[in-house]
Amino acid sequence: MARSVTTQRKILNTAAAWAIGLLIFFPILWTILTSFKTEAEAIASPPIFLNFDWTLENYAIVQERSNYMRFLWNSVIIAGGSTVLGIIIAVPAAWSMAFVPSKRTKDILMWMLSTKMLPAVGVLYPIYLLCIQLGVLDNRLAMVVILMLINLPIIVWMLYTYFREIPGEILEAARMDGATLKEELLYILTPMAVPGIASTLLLNFILAWNEAFWTLNLTSVDAAPLTAFIASYSSPEGLFFAKLSAASTMAIAPILILGWFSQKQLVRGLTFGAVK
Amino acid sequence: MNLKNALRAATALALVTGSAATAETITIATVNNGDMIRMQGYTDKFTEATGIDVEWVTLEENVLRQRVTTDITTKGGQFDIMTIGMYETPIWGANGWLVPLDDLSEEYDVDDILPAMRSGLSHDGTLYAAPFYGESSMVMYRTDLMEKAGLEMPEAPTWEFIREAAAAMTDRENDINGICLRGKAGWGEGGAFITVTANSFGARWFDEDWNAQFDQPEWANALNFYVDLMNNYGPPGYATNGFNENLSLFQQGKCGMWIDATVAASFVTNPNDSTVADSVGFALAPNAEGVDKKANWLWAWALAIPAGTQKEDAAKQFIEWATSKEYIQLVAENEGWANVPPGARTSLYETPEYQEVPFAKMTLDSINAADPTNPTVDPVPYVGIQFVAIPEFAGIATEVSQEFSAAYAGQQTVEEALEKAQAITTEAMEAAGY
Repeated sequence: MARSVTTQRKILNTAAAWAIGLLIFFPILWTILTSFKTEAEAIASPPIFLNFDWTLENYAIVQERSNYMRFLWNSVIIAGGSTVLGIIIAVPAAWSMAFVPSKRTKDILMWMLSTKMLPAVGVLYPIYLLCIQLGVLDNRLAMVVILMLINLPIIVWMLYTYFREIPGEILEAARMDGATLKEELLYILTPMAVPGIASTLLLNFILAWNEAFWTLNLTSVDAAPLTAFIASYSSPEGLFFAKLSAASTMAIAPILILGWFSQKQLVRGLTFGAVK
Repeated sequence: MNLKNALRAATALALVTGSAATAETITIATVNNGDMIRMQGYTDKFTEATGIDVEWVTLEENVLRQRVTTDITTKGGQFDIMTIGMYETPIWGANGWLVPLDDLSEEYDVDDILPAMRSGLSHDGTLYAAPFYGESSMVMYRTDLMEKAGLEMPEAPTWEFIREAAAAMTDRENDINGICLRGKAGWGEGGAFITVTANSFGARWFDEDWNAQFDQPEWANALNFYVDLMNNYGPPGYATNGFNENLSLFQQGKCGMWIDATVAASFVTNPNDSTVADSVGFALAPNAEGVDKKANWLWAWALAIPAGTQKEDAAKQFIEWATSKEYIQLVAENEGWANVPPGARTSLYETPEYQEVPFAKMTLDSINAADPTNPTVDPVPYVGIQFVAIPEFAGIATEVSQEFSAAYAGQQTVEEALEKAQAITTEAMEAAGY
């Protein structure tokens, strides 16, 4: 029987949840509000919350100055490509680690994760030189591969933990029924792990979308994604906060909308396996 | 079949238009500031005149610095023109990483470039980058508050006068700080400011044998004076204030005085952004009593061509256009004289219309008062006023300025900060083989 919850407690819980939600969302809300202010209102002290002359001027300026669609398209390709490629490589890897572990599986997993512990700037020069040698500086495909490699450990780890929740007996039963390895992976494991794969996809898409070290350092014109678009509006010598906010809002809008629509999937995936 | 033909036709058309459009394109890396963005708006005029297309890569200053440094040291060839400053130019020029600008056309009139700018952007007498705009630093102050305090700002104030005026203007009840100065860590932020302040107290980074000088009394005098001044009359939390924070405070009428870049003058006197636009006065940066060096720096954002670019000629054409007298004229005609890129050319300051701009004279005087080869009282082995033009400086000065900022924030004493600065610098310079 479910625990009975008093109305009062319910209201309290809801209020607390809203308060925390708003607190976390506030910086984004503030960015969005600032994008509709003039530069003078953007730095006003005390800050103006809603009572200002709403203007679309900043968006017009940003639109005029930068080719937003080109940056957006690059972001979609780089984030989408690296995530999909990563999943294709990680599913078999995670499968073998989860269902046919060897003595060294734990060590391999730890070793994979350890590559994330090196500060990115430590390998900037080697990777930059490699890109020059291969002639792939400012190249979208190169960015897809690099971001895929960077996020691969996380993808493998996430999938591994999801796969571990799936009883091996089900796969065994499929094998006894004559399923080949390919069929086992495609028709048994993948459908069962869909929530997990979906949330891994989404989370890595967001990570790749926001990745701002490699995308800034290895691109210039052709492959520059939205991170470069935002960086072009930041300035240490001049107050352009309203324009910067407009650029930021335009850069995060697609991912914010995607997140909204896939909320359910995301939450389900993240709590997958927690409740049996 | 029809579809196939249509596809073929489309491909052929794309090829034709594609090859027609492959006029030369140059890629320029630049910073996001008002003058640079304005120039991007006029690029069409350059393309019209020359047929050369321009791709802009605009980045935040620190990102840009990392980006272009990586590219030039690895010969990545991503950019045909780079926007760099006075710190990088002589070092990169000496390394052979930049194309010397020694064959600029006669109409360009290279001798018109302000001497201080030209010498700061040269190595061994060869120009390696053309200044797009230049700046020094000066005192900006509220004329109304100064009057109310019963004081009159001399054209060349001393630090003692600045302290006196700051005390008189500070009005905590009305949220007015007598003085706002940079305290934020970073060699180009608070590091630059405290270095010029130290110059004006007779301190220096290194003696002629490259020994760090933070254990000398001049540094202690400078730093103690600064901390004392800011603790008493500065805004709360000044240890994290940089150019933008102070600009914001000043524009909202919360600072009596602000000593910072001369380019700020056009912001604080612009009535669209500034609430105090009609009551701002200017004076030369101060010096300590008995020291004949003032606390003003010299900086230029300049355009340079990385060695190895395939498009050297097109790049040179662009640089000549962007830093020419004609470009200044173009901006003046469209947006008024107050908005032209300042501090690069002598002829600009001889233009009668420009002489009417309120901050023009003080900007020129400040630039002329700066001598990068002779920045402080005692002789030094380096070039640079608010920096030391050696590759190791950026790293060392960033760490040193972090120690100073910790002292401003009250986390350590001035003596501790100076001791650490001495140790950091000595160690780094020994490691670098000086």
